[in-house]
Amino acid sequence: MPSRVDRRHTTWHVHLVLVVGALVMVAPLAWEFLTSVKSFGESVRVPPTILPETWDWSNYGKVFEAVPFGEQFLNTVLMTAGRTAGQLLMCSMAAYAFARLRFPGRDAFFLLFLSVLMVPSQLFLIPQYQIMQELGWLNSLPALIVPGMFSAFGTFLLRQFFLSLPKDLEEAAALDGANPLRIYWHVMLPLARPGLVALGILTVLWSWNDLLWPLVANNDPEKMTLSAGLATLKGEHLTDYPVLMAGSLLATLPVIAVFVVMQRRVLEGIAFTGTKG
Amino acid sequence: MTAVADQSVAAEVPAATGRPARKRRPTTVAGRWEWLWGLAFIAPTGLGLLVFYIWPVFQTLYYSFTEWGAFGGHVWVGTENYVKLLGDPEVLKALKNTLVYSGLVLLGVPVSLVLAALINTPGLRGAAVYRVLYFLPVVTMPAAVGMVWRWLYNGDLGLVNHVLSLIGISGQHWVADPRFALYATAVVGVWMTVGYNMVIFAAGLNGIPRDYYEAAELDGAGRIRQFFSITLPMLSPTAFFITVLTSIGALQVFDVIYLMLGTNSSALRNPAIDENKTIVFLFYERAFIDNDKGYAAAIAFVLLLVILVLTVIQFRAQKRWVHYA
Repeated sequence: MPSRVDRRHTTWHVHLVLVVGALVMVAPLAWEFLTSVKSFGESVRVPPTILPETWDWSNYGKVFEAVPFGEQFLNTVLMTAGRTAGQLLMCSMAAYAFARLRFPGRDAFFLLFLSVLMVPSQLFLIPQYQIMQELGWLNSLPALIVPGMFSAFGTFLLRQFFLSLPKDLEEAAALDGANPLRIYWHVMLPLARPGLVALGILTVLWSWNDLLWPLVANNDPEKMTLSAGLATLKGEHLTDYPVLMAGSLLATLPVIAVFVVMQRRVLEGIAFTGTKG
Repeated sequence: MTAVADQSVAAEVPAATGRPARKRRPTTVAGRWEWLWGLAFIAPTGLGLLVFYIWPVFQTLYYSFTEWGAFGGHVWVGTENYVKLLGDPEVLKALKNTLVYSGLVLLGVPVSLVLAALINTPGLRGAAVYRVLYFLPVVTMPAAVGMVWRWLYNGDLGLVNHVLSLIGISGQHWVADPRFALYATAVVGVWMTVGYNMVIFAAGLNGIPRDYYEAAELDGAGRIRQFFSITLPMLSPTAFFITVLTSIGALQVFDVIYLMLGTNSSALRNPAIDENKTIVFLFYERAFIDNDKGYAAAIAFVLLLVILVLTVIQFRAQKRWVHYA
């Protein structure tokens, strides 16, 4: 065992490295905020001021003038909620079946699901776009939500989770005459809460931040998501960085807030996917 | 495993129902309609995957052998797209850029391992705070990340060049200069992934039994030595998992390239983009800007091939360095 003095010595070095690293991680975000509250004139000054001379909040208003931010925010919320709810329900159903029920072709179906995981998303994009076109769903909420409701990853993750659960409770329920639907809903889902939380968090993060599909599917500014809207904002205010920073910060703040509030669960969820995958 | 379950059910039947244990098939918790329940449970996700994911792969494969006219019609051209692609300098350049970018982002993996080891230092104060701070870039929207770093990298006004000037280095137009743009975006790629990989590494570290370290300490091994002879081998499966996932993700990079180098308007075109397109960026341009969907489909299949080959190589190579306990 190292002596007490020795340990404090090591910890001091560890803190030094970690603090420098943390600065690199946080400085860009801090700079984003500081720029967003500077006037345009101040933002282009050389050398740059660190803290704004006058706190200019008008850039946030300009974001709302440049793009329909309120609509885009709502679209993003609904897309995220729809995809997450859909995945939690449907993935957990499929995962329960794969983990616990016996049916012909189960392993073949599972392999088919897994194969989807291996394929880069670009291979789905063109036909997905055409399906939306044929359904008349381009530039609408269903286009943002529906394809993202089905997830091979979510099914796989939850199946692994279900496999790790003890069987006694479902067996007892089965003896009481419960059918698989009741067992799934009343026994399995409550037990699977940590797994569902992990999947839910990941789906929220991915949906909120998704860019390529929303960019392709919805190009009417009113129907866009925030991530695609940022690209539009950039087109309109190419060099007005205070406005661009205000928009970027507004777009990303909700998930950052969710993360900070639920940090323990998020980090546990991420660690969980790492150990189960 | 099923045998154990059988016994427990059989043993409990009389007690639970008061009836004598019948010789039925006790493993089928769901009764004789179990197969129907199973199919019904996988149907929603299964059908969704079929319509939106599995069938589209074959559709895209078909498109990769077609050429698209200006009004959406397409004709079969055989392997023409693939032949053209192999001699297309833009595709080859995008391929090279994608590989360089991914290689650079992978350099972040050892960094995140070291950070995880530091954060897991026993009794370290503020470990939870560090974890949150390092994870912030992971949850930040990539589109916003691209925007912020474009500003940080700005040649005349950016914070990066200002900081460099303080230590006497004259800065560059990082994202507007074709020579630097790819490296500048790769730095952002590392910045975005380090926290995620760190958390997974930290979880792996927690799985290493403490007594290994105690035994090593008794043998007089220092912390550095312990890291190389216990931590590293015990963590190699996690490192392998992270390496595979990080490279698959990096090979599909789009968001930061699009936001930092691309422009959706013709207002001001970044001169660096032509030299620094990645495969997915090129795919997006061909498929949805130029409406050259046949060629785009072929490009997407080249990416699939690259990912498959690199993943197979990684799985082959793991035998040499991954240690499964």
